Amino acid sequence: MSQKQEEENPAEETGEEKQDTQEKEGILPERAEEAKLKAKYPSLGQKPGGSDFLMKRLQKGNYKSLHWSVLLCVDEMQKYFDSGDYNMAKAKMKNKQLPSAGPDKNLVTGDHIPTPQDLPQRKSSLVTSKLAGGQVE
Amino acid sequence: WVCPGHCEPLSWCPAGRRACTDIISTVEFNYSGDLLATGDKGGRVVIFQREQENKSRPHSRGEYNVYSTFQSHEPEFDYLKSLEIEEKINKIRWLPQQNAAHFLLSTNDKTIKLWKISERDKRAEGYNLKDEDGRLRDPFRITALRVPILKPMDLMVEASPRRIFANAHTYHINSISVNSDHETYLSADDLRINLWHLEITDRSFNIVDIKPANMEELTEVITAAEFHPHQCNVFVYSSSKGTIRLCDMRSSALCDRHSKFFEEPEDPSSRSFFSEIISSISDVKFSHSGRYMMTRDYLSVKVWDLNMESRPVETHQVHEYLRSKLCSLYENDCIFDKFECCWNGSDSAIMTGSYNNFFRMFDRDTRRDVTLEASRESSKPRASLKPRKVCTGGKRRKDEISVDSLDFNKKILHTAWHPVDNVIAVAATNNLYIFQDKIN
Repeated sequence: MSQKQEEENPAEETGEEKQDTQEKEGILPERAEEAKLKAKYPSLGQKPGGSDFLMKRLQKGNYKSLHWSVLLCVDEMQKYFDSGDYNMAKAKMKNKQLPSAGPDKNLVTGDHIPTPQDLPQRKSSLVTSKLAGGQVE
Repeated sequence: WVCPGHCEPLSWCPAGRRACTDIISTVEFNYSGDLLATGDKGGRVVIFQREQENKSRPHSRGEYNVYSTFQSHEPEFDYLKSLEIEEKINKIRWLPQQNAAHFLLSTNDKTIKLWKISERDKRAEGYNLKDEDGRLRDPFRITALRVPILKPMDLMVEASPRRIFANAHTYHINSISVNSDHETYLSADDLRINLWHLEITDRSFNIVDIKPANMEELTEVITAAEFHPHQCNVFVYSSSKGTIRLCDMRSSALCDRHSKFFEEPEDPSSRSFFSEIISSISDVKFSHSGRYMMTRDYLSVKVWDLNMESRPVETHQVHEYLRSKLCSLYENDCIFDKFECCWNGSDSAIMTGSYNNFFRMFDRDTRRDVTLEASRESSKPRASLKPRKVCTGGKRRKDEISVDSLDFNKKILHTAWHPVDNVIAVAATNNLYIFQDKIN
């Protein structure tokens, strides 16, 4: 990676050296920033690729993109599992102070947020043919 | 970068600033570069047209003036899911021109629309069955027939929606791309990519679906997608994990399995909490030649050779100084900003935006780069833009600006480069800046 950067700036001698040291120090600023963040929000998850990060991503403009509602039919009664609310509630329980993301759009509806464990098993739906969905042959 | 026949690098001068009522959310030149379309947060599309060479106003050449304005999308409400659907225009893509009218696709989060923009400069007069003001004439009073004649009128530009492609996306549409076959186009949301025919609105084919059976297993989302400029069977899509997949529609109907997989190997020892977030690709663009593609992640722009999947051939740092600010950028959500990038007509230069109304240009041939600012102060006509510099160390020189003084609310997410000439359009929040090179 540093070699590529050297090729890109052949004319600037000091630039080259600067970039080399920055390369080595480049790892440190990021780690220092991570430490800062962890100090502020100790319960922030280790792996940002999981639901915490994606929920954070969802909050930024597209916050509702992955907000899905699973409609379950159990005899006469219908229970709704809203994963967005569930994840927000989960995050709130783990961590009192969430990084602010502007006006709070994810208001909890109702007093009780159903968890996946609360809901009865879902009946398997009929497997729909991909042809029905309009798949090209 | 050097213009052939000249030794000095190009200097950019302001060629106009257009204030828009709302935040600009997309900018796109058409194939000839004569038209420039902008979409905004309020669902409006404004099209600018380049002024022709005019002897009486020699400096007006290259100016872009408003050609047409129309409301493309309105806010909607999804009653089933209790969700608001924003009217913000996410992307505009022009169709190649085939007749006197111009066509473009505009999309918000859920619905894509095909708009026809046509000119009317003649009006028919002398109808038999109706008066000049449109009232029907009494048929018994008509004693003679006349042939209506066409009379010139003030130019009127009309925009009409010709097709509405709706209800095909569960998640938010982030990209649309017109195919080189000029008959089909793709639309991509966070988890799926659909293929449409421009004539058919009630059906679309799903060509990529990365939604896992169990949503708890979701680890990445689609961030951008584009068709190859010449090969109508090839398209690419980028992900939030910094990878790009190239797919060939000839291999199978559902392109869940890629033909090529582009990913830069990461040094595991340098991994941090932010690594994945900043590696998320916010934009992917093929070069005009079709040989390369460019990706934009949070801190850099990378050029990839389609023949080499293992790593990019070029990496250009946009604002590396932000690496030591990632904590606060995460807190204020700026780390999730989606910057776009673009090529110039000859693929010799690339451009992308940054903060503080700065934008960066990289010349691939001379390896030079420059930081410029889109602001009213630097917009004196015919005066070249002065390169800007961000100071990272302790000692700040007179014209430098320190990292801590950068205004992170002034972000340039959308830029566009004229397909042929050295004319660029830069969207800075509510303002559209147009710059052109002095030699032009």
